[in-house]
Amino acid sequence: MDNWRKSAGAFWASFLPPTVWLVAFFLAPLSLIWMFSFGVKSGITDIDITWTFQQYARALEPLYLEIFAKSLWMAAVTTFICLIIGFPVAIAIVFAPPKARMWLLLLVILPFWTNLLIRTYALIAVLRTRGHVNFTLEWAWENANGLLTFIGLGSFNLLGDKFEPLALLYNNTAVVVGLVYVALPFMVLPLYAALDRLDRTFIEASLDLGAGHIRTFWSVVVPLALPGIASGIVITFIPTLGSFLTPDLLGGTDSQMIANVIERQFKSANDWPFGAALSFLLMYVTFFGLALRALLTRREGIGDRT
Amino acid sequence: MQSPAPSDAPIIEIKDVTKIYGSDVRAVDNVSLTVDRGEFFALLGPSGCGKTTLLRMLAGFETPTDGTVTIDGDNMADVQANKRPVNMVFQSYAVFPHMTVAQNVGYGLKIDGVARKEISARVEEALELVKLGGLGARMPDELSGGQRQRVALARALIKRPSVLLLDEPLSALDAKLREAMQLELVRLQKTVGITFVIVTHDQAEALSMADRIAVMEAGVVRQVASPAELYEHPTSRFVGDFIGQINLFNGNASPAGEGKVNVSAAPLSDQVLDGNVTGSVCLAVRPEKVSVSRDKPADNNLLSIQGTVADIAYYGGYSNLYVEVGAATPILAEITNAERGVGSGYAQGDTVWVSWRSEDTLLFAE
Repeated sequence: MDNWRKSAGAFWASFLPPTVWLVAFFLAPLSLIWMFSFGVKSGITDIDITWTFQQYARALEPLYLEIFAKSLWMAAVTTFICLIIGFPVAIAIVFAPPKARMWLLLLVILPFWTNLLIRTYALIAVLRTRGHVNFTLEWAWENANGLLTFIGLGSFNLLGDKFEPLALLYNNTAVVVGLVYVALPFMVLPLYAALDRLDRTFIEASLDLGAGHIRTFWSVVVPLALPGIASGIVITFIPTLGSFLTPDLLGGTDSQMIANVIERQFKSANDWPFGAALSFLLMYVTFFGLALRALLTRREGIGDRT
Repeated sequence: MQSPAPSDAPIIEIKDVTKIYGSDVRAVDNVSLTVDRGEFFALLGPSGCGKTTLLRMLAGFETPTDGTVTIDGDNMADVQANKRPVNMVFQSYAVFPHMTVAQNVGYGLKIDGVARKEISARVEEALELVKLGGLGARMPDELSGGQRQRVALARALIKRPSVLLLDEPLSALDAKLREAMQLELVRLQKTVGITFVIVTHDQAEALSMADRIAVMEAGVVRQVASPAELYEHPTSRFVGDFIGQINLFNGNASPAGEGKVNVSAAPLSDQVLDGNVTGSVCLAVRPEKVSVSRDKPADNNLLSIQGTVADIAYYGGYSNLYVEVGAATPILAEITNAERGVGSGYAQGDTVWVSWRSEDTLLFAE
């Protein structure tokens, strides 16, 4: 389309609306927040932009760095678990018969059709002390105990006096479970796309040359799927790092992530400049992740080229 | 593998093998054939005839629905693809794009746990063999299609398999390179002495390379023979028609005593020929066996028909004459242009006699 100069009217007509939209609703607010991050509070709602770095200095205090580190750790664990679960799922979908494939993909994206808040509350109903997991465990405990009584070992209390429900909610584990649940489709879909593109004859060639399935997986499938793995990691890691609802609802007092701190600055603490500084620090971390991915895919993008 | 079979036993034995896809698609239908040790064997047929399926059953990528495959004396029924004494050159070459040429070629040896030093020595040797010496450090995307194929060849040969399987190995090359590679493959096969089984739809390729050819159609093996035997003595109309060019006449045959039949196939009638097929038959003759003359040949042993020259196609060394004789299609005669400047000497519209020896005539049951 190098003749856009000839039909300048059409060009501007299609170019202008998205540009206006992006500037008005993305760049402008973002710039505003960026400016806030260099300001100080001077009243209940007033902010003086003094171009000071004091908000950033505060954001880098050990208290907040610790929360940053914790968020990174939670996001990393979540991403790793998603990769471990997502890879077999993606492989199963790719190798499923074509008809089943459509339905399996639908199952993967089905959660998107329900509001995240509702899904998170449903998870609470599953994990809480009187929730479905504990009910199931209790049922199993009672049956096992009944069996022990039946074979004459009931008086030894081998399984404890009574059933102790597991504390599955309001702790870090609950947050990770929730995050994995939310992020899994983001991991499965790019992996599926990468594996679907992979020429099956590479796998056959590896088998033909004497490699077993596990060897073939590590030395052929994984290297050739690396661009997809990198994409999956990035688009799982970034939203997870900034997630706010899941730790808020499923986490305990010590499982807050950086987004919860930011939310508090903008709402209850009413400290927008500090919230803005924290937000931008989070964004810089994200940019760093994206740059790393670009580097990785450039080096390992060979699988994409063929 | 186990104790090697005696060296005169066939290296591959395919017995009553059938492959059914879905509920009733018989891709391979009750095929039995043997391949001898050290042979260059071709599976030839149009696309969809089951030749690739048969090859993939040898490699272990498909499981026969019925029948047995024996390689080097061992039944392959429970042997996975990665444990078979065969290696394959894929149609798409399947050269691993994330490994160097040397890593590709050495992959199979690395899997087998061969020492690193021996691997690099054997890789270099294998690359020399396929004339890619010194290119070990290249990545596959820096190679041409022909070079990638040589990598695939070296990678498959380095493990010294009992049988090398080649799936349409030349189909992705341009015509000139393909011809050079045909000779190259034959040379390679003689050098390494490994049994080659090649799948191809190109009859010229099969005729020029293979020691023996199995012609397949719709999942069935129509004929297994040497190239010359296939060309000169096809046993069915399909094989005669598929290999090279042929003139065909439909007609009827009735017994005429002691190995002879009386054939009438328009425009020929009451020809007594050697043969034993009767009823509905197809009479056939190769175009280069057909002579053309102005006068009726005197020899009684010739089958001759009068007609007019409908078309002449000049090819330099020879010309194809299409002679209209009142049959469904004109008779094709291939005439050598032995004298300079004269061409075939015939012109469109000339009245001529076409004739051929009765022993060059083929008879197929319909």
